[in-house]
Order: sequence, then C-alpha cells, then structure tokens
Amino acid sequence: MPVSTTPQGQPAWRLRTTRAQWLGYLAWLAGISLFLLCWKLISDNTMWVFVEDAGRQGSNLIGRMLPPQWGYAHRLWKPMWDTLNIATLGTLLGIAMAFPVAFLAARNTTPHPLVRSVALVIIVSSRSINSLIWAMLLVTILGPGVLAGIIAIALRSIGFIGKLLYEAIEEIHPTPVEAISATGAGRLQVMSYGVLPQVMPAFAGISVYRWDINIRESTVLGLVGAGGIGLQLNAAINSLAWNQVSVIFLMIFVTVLVSEWISARVRHAII
Amino acid sequence: MSREQLASKGKWRRLPFIADPTLRWGLAVGAVIYLVLALSTVDVNWARVAEGASRGLNFLAAFAQPDFISRRTDIVNGLLESLTMTLTSTVIGVALAIPVGLGAARNIAPWPVYLVCRGIITVSRTFQEIIIAILFVVMFGFGPLAGMITLAFATIGFMAKLLAEDIEDLDWRQVEAVRATGASWWQTMNHAVQPQVMPRLIGLSMYRLDINFRESAVIGIVGAGGIGATLNTSISRYEYDTSAAILLIIIAIVLLCEYSSSHVRRWTQ
Amino acid sequence: MLTLSAVCKRYPTGDLALTDIDLALPRGQVMALIGPSGAGKSTLIRCVNRLVEPTTGSIRLNDTEITRLSSGKLREARRTMAMIFQEYALVDRLTVMENVLSGRLGYVGFWRSFLRRYPQETVTEAFRLLERVGLAHALDKRADALSGGQRQRVGIARALLQSPKLLLVDEPTASLDPKTSRQIMRLIRELCAERELAAIINIHDVALARQFADRIVGLRAGEIVFDGKPGELTSEILTTIYGEEDWDTQATEDERYAPPSAQPLAPLARTGQLAPGLTAGGIR
Repeated sequence: MPVSTTPQGQPAWRLRTTRAQWLGYLAWLAGISLFLLCWKLISDNTMWVFVEDAGRQGSNLIGRMLPPQWGYAHRLWKPMWDTLNIATLGTLLGIAMAFPVAFLAARNTTPHPLVRSVALVIIVSSRSINSLIWAMLLVTILGPGVLAGIIAIALRSIGFIGKLLYEAIEEIHPTPVEAISATGAGRLQVMSYGVLPQVMPAFAGISVYRWDINIRESTVLGLVGAGGIGLQLNAAINSLAWNQVSVIFLMIFVTVLVSEWISARVRHAII
Repeated sequence: MSREQLASKGKWRRLPFIADPTLRWGLAVGAVIYLVLALSTVDVNWARVAEGASRGLNFLAAFAQPDFISRRTDIVNGLLESLTMTLTSTVIGVALAIPVGLGAARNIAPWPVYLVCRGIITVSRTFQEIIIAILFVVMFGFGPLAGMITLAFATIGFMAKLLAEDIEDLDWRQVEAVRATGASWWQTMNHAVQPQVMPRLIGLSMYRLDINFRESAVIGIVGAGGIGATLNTSISRYEYDTSAAILLIIIAIVLLCEYSSSHVRRWTQ
Repeated sequence: MLTLSAVCKRYPTGDLALTDIDLALPRGQVMALIGPSGAGKSTLIRCVNRLVEPTTGSIRLNDTEITRLSSGKLREARRTMAMIFQEYALVDRLTVMENVLSGRLGYVGFWRSFLRRYPQETVTEAFRLLERVGLAHALDKRADALSGGQRQRVGIARALLQSPKLLLVDEPTASLDPKTSRQIMRLIRELCAERELAAIINIHDVALARQFADRIVGLRAGEIVFDGKPGELTSEILTTIYGEEDWDTQATEDERYAPPSAQPLAPLARTGQLAPGLTAGGIR
C-alpha cells in the first residue's frame, strides 16, 4: 500500500511500497554492474595508447581531408548513378517479394498457420541480417558488381516491408472483407477488393520509406565489392586519399538529404 | 458524353489514378525509360555467376548443418564483444541522446542550441554506421572501443530525433498545469515532460538495442570489433558452415531481443 | 424457401450462441429478427451464408443443403443470398460504382474483376440500381465521402446487383438517425416487394420491426421465444424477449417517432420530397 501509517499515527504517502522500492534499487544495481562489467571487457580489449592519441589523429585526419579535392567529383557521377540504381531496383525487387510474403504472414489472410510461420521465419531472417552481410555473401557467390548489391538490398527489404505490411494487413477493418466474401467472391477477389484498397496507402508509404533507407545502405555496399559509390570510397581510403574521401562524404550527404526530402514529401502526399 | 451517360449504356472504366492524361503518360514513359537505362547498367558476368552457383548451393546446404564447433572460441569471443558493445553503446547513446533530443525540440530549446542539436542528428543519421566506424577506427585504433563509440554516435541520432518529435507534440496543457504550480524548469521536466515521453523512450531504447546488435555484426568488417570480423573471415574463406552458424546465432539473438522487448514494453505501460 | 432445422452454434470459447433453431421462410416474406444484444441475431444471420459455421443442424435454401457445400459451391450459393450490413461495410477507398459492382464478384473471373472489366449488361444494371436508390450522380465519388444513409443505399444496390433470392440484413439502421432509418427500411421493403425477395432483417428497433415486417421472430439467449405477426407482439412478449421494462412508455415514445397510420402520416410522406430517388417509381 502506498499509503501507510507512521509510528505517530499519521498517514504517509509514498510513491512505491518498501518492497517495490528495494526491488527497484536491486534492478538498478544489477544494471549498473552489468554495464561496468561490459565496459571492463571493452577496456581490456583496447590499446589505450592509441586512444590517448585519438585527438591528434582526429585533427590530423580532418587536416588531410581539407580542402576536398573537387576535381575528383566528376569521376563520381557514374558510381552515384549505380548507387541510385542499386537502391531503386533493389527496392522494386524487394517489394515484389515482400508483397506475397506479407499476405501469407498476416493472421487474417494466411491460408494456413503453418504457411504463416514459414513466412514469419523469412521475415525475421531477412530483418536480422544486415544488407552488408547479404552483400558479402552474394559477392562470393555472384562475383563483385551491381547485381550482388541489388539482390542484397532486395533481400534485406523483404523483412522490413513484409513486417510493416503484414502488421497493416492485420489492422484492417474486417467488415468490408466480410461483405465482399458474402457476395460469393473467391479468395483472390476478396483480397483485391476487401483487403488491398485498405492497405494500399500504408504499402505505398512503407515502400517509399524503405527506398530512402536503401539509398543510405547502398552507399556503403561497395566496401565489400557490391558496386556503387562505396567502391570509390574503399579505394580512396585504401590509398589514404582523404581529400577524395571528403568529396565522397559530401556527395553521400547531399544524396541522402535529397532522398529523405523526396520520401517525406511523397509520404506526406499519400497520407 | 458524361461518365453517367456512358455508365447507363454499360460503358464504365475505373477512374484513372492520375487524372491529367499528359502527366499520367509522361510518368509512365519516364518510368519505363528509367527502368531500361538502369537495367542496362547492370552488367552480369554469367560465367562468374555459373561458377558461383555451386557455392550458393553450398551456402544453402550449410544451413542444414551449421558448424558451431570448429571456430568455437572465435565465435564466443566475437559474440561476447558484440553483446558488450551493444549494451554499453545503447546505454551511453541513450544517455547522450536525451540532452540532444531536448535541445532539438523546437518548443523548449533556444535557436542556437536547436540548430547545433539538429546538425548532430542529421550527420549521425545520414552516414551509415560502417562509414563512421572507419573514421573512429582510424582515430581510436582497432577494437571494440571504436565500435562502441560508433554505435553510441548512431544511437544519439536515432533516439534524439524521435525524442525531439515526441517532445514537440507533447500535451502542452499538462506542462502548463505543472508550471502554474510554480515549479522550476527541472521540476517541470520531471513532472510534466518525463511521464509523457518515458514509456515510448523505453520502448525505443529496446528497439535500438536490437538495431545496435545487428549493426555490431557488421562494423567488425572494418576492424571495429564484434562478431562481424569472424563472419567476414569465414565468408571470405568460403567456410559457409561457420557463417551459417553465426547467422543463425544472430537471428536467434534478434528474435530473443524482440520477444523480451515486447515484454518490457507491456510491463512499462 | 429457406429452412433451418435444429441449428446450433457453439463458439470455440464454449459459448453457446444458438440452440435448436427451427425456422422456415417462404418466398417473398420479410421477417424481422429482434432480441437483446448477444441473443445470437448476428450469429443466426451469418450461419445462413456460412460467414459463421454452424456447429450442427441443417440449413436448406430451396433444395441446396448449405451446411455441406464445398467452398466453390458455397460461393455459388452465396450469390443467391445477398447481405446488407451496417453502413461501414463498404470499401472506403473504392468509388461508389466499384462498390456496387463488387456485388457481382461471384459471377466474374478474378482478372476481369481485378481490371474492372465488367460485362456491359452488369454495368447497365449497376447504374440502374444506383438510379433506383437515388445515387446515380455520385458514381465516381469515393465511398468514404458519402453520408451514413447514402452509404447504406450503396450497400443495398450492391446486394441487389447479386440478383439474390434472399436478403440477409444485419442491423441496417444501427448507426443511422431515426428518419434515415425509416427511409432505408422503406426502401428495403419496397425492393423486396418489387422482386419478390425474402428477407431476414436483424434489427434492434422494435418499432421499426413492427412497422415494416410481415413477421417477427424474437430471439433470447440463442432460442426462439416468439414467432408471429407484428400485431401479436404484446408488452408481455417483449418482456419475455428483453426482460422487465416499462414497455408502455417505450411504446408512446415510439409513437412520437412513428405515428401509427391513422394519425399524421405527414412526416413520413415528407421524406419522399427530401430524397426523390427513394419513393416508389421515383426514378428521375
């Protein structure tokens, strides 16, 4: 009871009971010890000499990045175009695969609970694994290039789009679906008339949002050889050409800002 | 003839999505041209693909018998490093995100502070973790410290943006009510702002913990510690059974994270 | 035409929604189903087209045993029994015309319906029905841009496009104001007469049921406790259906909404002017 009686017979109010309070302290203590333990593990694996040097290294790095080598920019148009293509084509491919998966994963549209769990496993695996890891794998399988990047982006997008879409499908209003089934419509017709119009805005919004994220992710796929501007970034870093690196960074920065702006505008227009 | 007259004669077509025909066809033609151009830049080396196909099959087969044993110590060390990085970076990142988020909320922060905080958020959100990791590895040397700082920096951008948005559409009447009692700035924050944003903040922190773990599996590629280095090595050595084992562990941990975060969220609400 | 015998429905939770329902509905009869919330009215109506699967018992429509149909055959059977819901059963983001045409889904193939290439005579019929319910001008409006009464009329047009033999009507007036409720009920009544449709109307409002139905069936806790003409519905019977309540006050209150035919019919007649499409022969 938060309200108790003091020895003097006065009622006293406290936010929590004594027991809850102690449990709270204990939880904090456990959390803090865990954090300190983790910190110790990290600090054991760290060469502190390097860390002490970090400030000098950082200013050195910035010094070498400036001024950016602007002449390098004209060699970046083609890789940038590749990056955009990886993101866009990857998103399209991802949408095409995520769409059926979402319908199989939603509780109210799945044909069978077993199919649902398979679809959920697909979604979870795709979501858990970063597109860079997919790209690493695909580069060893397909060889370096844009194709590996596109497929990596697509595989990662399945989980994201699939999850948000199946949640949207589960939240639809059930009566229109019931009404369409009552007309004697077939399964696919019920989907296309009862379910699809209801999830269409959510679907469009999710896809554009994912496209925006994919632009960001496709800028780094080149680090593992999967095409795009990341290849140039990797080359510039390996040759320690930091004044080229800064040009690439600026380029990425502007592209991402523009894509974010486009995506926000489109989503705003849809909703 | 109007659409009504047409319909009465049985001629009816769906309304087009875009009413203006020039715009409609323009967009359609533009999309086709883009697709053709984009697809033409995708050059596929089919000989290389055919050669890799068998490796692809090997990789799929590896999931049937993942090998947890032969690189056991590497996997355990990598995982431990990933997990510690995840935890510390989330705690530090969230702790730092709170002031930045407060500063980036237009309704409570003065202009110069707002601009600085928004700047931090934009930079942190624009660059992928791995790019930031490269810079921090150069500054702090190889190892989990660089990884931790990277993830903490990324966490700041993510959390601060959402926190600022939350504060911006806060229920302002509650704040005024607390202020009207003569509360100081700190007391207002504690009694009016904190209760409104806290449940979502906890939920988002759990979500970010999950993201940080997934990211910690990647930044090892550039030397920032964690399971990523082990994974990278196994893939480049074509030891797919070990890679499969690592990927399965990552999936399992993410699932566990999601499951427990849904519990925590229910418990805090 | 429709015969239910010994129909029971037990939900997986263990709740018994319907016990031993026996009911026969001849062609052209309009039957109102009344009863308190949770009495099983909705379940009964949904058992007929198997939106809810009955646990035991038999449901026959003409010579077809509904309960044992395969899903393909069930779809065919569903075409002959159209359902009208509360106003919200339209697909909001589709236009009025698309909503009406969706009544024909049981007759056309998937791609045809997906591309909205309906046969010419279906479109003509759909437009005629829209005119009949007074909404021809709204054919390209989105369903969520309509008022409650208009939405319900689109729902009716959709049901009729199925060319049904039986109408299953679930709370058609639940979210409408009293006047619109009457307009909608009168429209359903007229259409049933025009096309010799049988109808089961599941309704809360006892006064409306009395006014517009040929026959009233009272349901209480999943059992039929009354089956007779509207005139036979007395306060005692209402008490057995709904439980103890001062029905006389209720009745006078009802009279204020719906004066019996002897007294001023004026408010009812006036509705005709407000919604020209609604009166018989009111095709513009």
